[in-house]
Amino acid sequence: MSSLIDFRTCPTTGLKVDRAAEKLIKANAVAAVVFLAIGGLFGLLVALTRWPAVHFLPADMFYLALTAHGLDVLLVWIIFFEMAVLYFASAILLNSRLAGPKWAWTGFGLMLSGALITNVAVLQGQSSVMFTSYVPMMAEPPFYLGIILFAVGALIGCGVFFGTLVVAKREKTYEGSVPLVTFGALTAAIIAVFTIASGAIILIPTLLWSLGLVSHIDPIIYKTIWWAMGHSSQQINVSAHVAVWYAIAAMVFGAKPLSEKVSRTAFLMYILFLQLASAHHMLVEPGFSSEWKIFNTSYAMYLAVLGSMVHGMTVPGSIEAAQRARGLTKGMFEWLRKAPWGNPAFAGMFMSLVFFGFIGGISGVVMGTEQINLIMHNTLYVPGHFHGTVVAGTTLAFMAITYILVPLIFRRELVLRKLATWQPYVFGIGVAGISVFMMGAGTLGVARRHWDMTFADAILPFDYPSAAFLMMGLNGIFAVMAALGGLMYVVIVVGSVFFGRKLAEDEKPSYPEVPPDSAAVGHYGSSESLKIPGTAFLVGIFFVAFVLYYFVNWKYLSEIWPLS
Amino acid sequence: MNEKDSPDQNESSDSGHQDQIPLMQQLLDNPFLLLVLGIAVPAVFYIIWGIIEITQIPIAD
Amino acid sequence: MAITPPSERIWWRQPIARIELIWIIIAFTWGLIMFFMMIYWHGAGEQNLSNEAYQIKPQVFAKHAQDMIDEYQVREESGFPVVHPPPGSDVYLIARLWQWWPILELEKDQSYRLHLSSMDWQHGFSLQPVNINVQVHPGYEMVITVRPDRAGEFGVVCNEFCGIGHHMMVGKIYVVE
Repeated sequence: MSSLIDFRTCPTTGLKVDRAAEKLIKANAVAAVVFLAIGGLFGLLVALTRWPAVHFLPADMFYLALTAHGLDVLLVWIIFFEMAVLYFASAILLNSRLAGPKWAWTGFGLMLSGALITNVAVLQGQSSVMFTSYVPMMAEPPFYLGIILFAVGALIGCGVFFGTLVVAKREKTYEGSVPLVTFGALTAAIIAVFTIASGAIILIPTLLWSLGLVSHIDPIIYKTIWWAMGHSSQQINVSAHVAVWYAIAAMVFGAKPLSEKVSRTAFLMYILFLQLASAHHMLVEPGFSSEWKIFNTSYAMYLAVLGSMVHGMTVPGSIEAAQRARGLTKGMFEWLRKAPWGNPAFAGMFMSLVFFGFIGGISGVVMGTEQINLIMHNTLYVPGHFHGTVVAGTTLAFMAITYILVPLIFRRELVLRKLATWQPYVFGIGVAGISVFMMGAGTLGVARRHWDMTFADAILPFDYPSAAFLMMGLNGIFAVMAALGGLMYVVIVVGSVFFGRKLAEDEKPSYPEVPPDSAAVGHYGSSESLKIPGTAFLVGIFFVAFVLYYFVNWKYLSEIWPLS
Repeated sequence: MNEKDSPDQNESSDSGHQDQIPLMQQLLDNPFLLLVLGIAVPAVFYIIWGIIEITQIPIAD
Repeated sequence: MAITPPSERIWWRQPIARIELIWIIIAFTWGLIMFFMMIYWHGAGEQNLSNEAYQIKPQVFAKHAQDMIDEYQVREESGFPVVHPPPGSDVYLIARLWQWWPILELEKDQSYRLHLSSMDWQHGFSLQPVNINVQVHPGYEMVITVRPDRAGEFGVVCNEFCGIGHHMMVGKIYVVE
């Protein structure tokens, strides 16, 4: 069987590369970037409309653009890219053939047609129901049908991933346990299966309802199961981008995980508990007990947060240890100062780590506190939070690894390298600004998914404080910056894929540069002699910020009207 | 012939190792067991428990 | 490396570095503190959302609201009835496309049982500038006991997308001394 498989050997890593897997990775990555461009453009239109001084789109187009933005970036871009990550982490990293490439192409076809069907439905204007499509607000049937097809396609992709794990083990293409990055991808795939199954369970009846075949969908049950998809899909991202952090640390620094046991157990915490956080969306709904809310919203006593905090130390810790082993031992931060900040893969990855932790992570836990949710639910704080996780965290990490994967998988040299050096900074800082200013506006009460914060057309007047308008103006400016960073990314990737110099079969790419001795530090020290003072200092700062911000919000809560 | 032999060999050599491999590592090396757990935990605690609570909301008089 | 299989076959028995262990213990403890903070606030805090809820038909809820309006209306404002119900009573607020109905006038430092339900789609009760945000569903009513602790004029913004008129859906609550 394996004699029929067409392999090449990667000149950089020495890995055997199944050309069928390679083609699938390319197809999924290209589709991902196309939808990122489309969804990003819609996002820019949304931000320009919410910029009070610009107020770009009319109301109907605003809600249409917002629906398309959510779908295209939150679901389509990210899941397509994750399919590429899954095939990479299974077939390529395990030196194996991909199980059932035909199935994988079927999945890809379903995903692509589903994404197109839903996009067309949204653009026709009768399905501006937001990404969440809460019943009893109804979209046209193709809207639901497209998402269902997309989900089924993604489920097939997950099946191919699991199949490849089985094939690789049976054909003994690797020794012992799977690499940590593959384990992270496995975590993402497991969460994906739960996510997609939940989506199918709720969207199939909803499709029938929009066709008139089912008379009633309960709005709270819909919302509960929908969020088992909607929130968990973002947990796929978290698992996938943490795996990408580890991958970049390994590929750029030759960094070795500080402890396989600790990192894998942290991923296990994700597998078991991360998906419970779907309850973050149900904290101010009628009918749930506080026991259900507290258990689920806290990911079973914050065990999944524990997992994230562990990754937050072990990823930079492994980089620090690798850099110190290379001789960058001066003071606390020589390893970080002399890190390759001009390498977009590293710069993007490190900013993703910092922003995900400080902006997305802390705000998510605070907002997901049962009572504190009262002062944040459905305000702009919510999109502020998830732009910190999904955009500054996941999207930035995926962009970062693209700079490594384009030369390795597409076999093309990167073009526009000067631009590539700047891209993660422009995008990352832009997105960080979006997140922070939306969270600021949300703290001042500004509603999310709202066309006019001046309420000019309302019968009864109401004014938000002027600081909120300032926040939304700043949000607009940083959104333009992020859009520029996104455009730079698309230009660099498309330019490289189509016009980059083709690499010869046995040629190593010249960029991004990898430290020459990176392979030499595969081992360093024992656990007793491990010294990572810089990382310890950084996580110390993170912890203090976390604790202070957490209690500040309890203080805010204590100042609102007493409720019981 | 070959195909028939190798799984057997697998099993014997694997079970030899498994005596030493700690239980937790065996769990973490088993993707399908993890898959079952990763679906069961949120399905029970979030979805099933949640829906039971919704269906028990009393009817107003 | 993280992209290759672990170098030791039995990696589970590898010792964990002290610094990692310390961080794990700190993070775990912090998680417990945050977990018990929510439970603690149920006893010690004054801001806890009631979980009292009922299934209710929209027309039944609308009738309760209309009875309240008929009994306690004090004036009219821009076509909205302004209702001043007695302290401690059941107060109804209808969410519908695209209004919060009626305008409520409450007394400072008095408690009211506020009933919320929607006549059509989902809406978001967002009391501003206090910043209390609660989801409102059709077919369900939620009952919250509120005690306004400041006098003044408050806006009720809808913060769940409810169609093209969403941005016009603003209501009002007065709190008087």
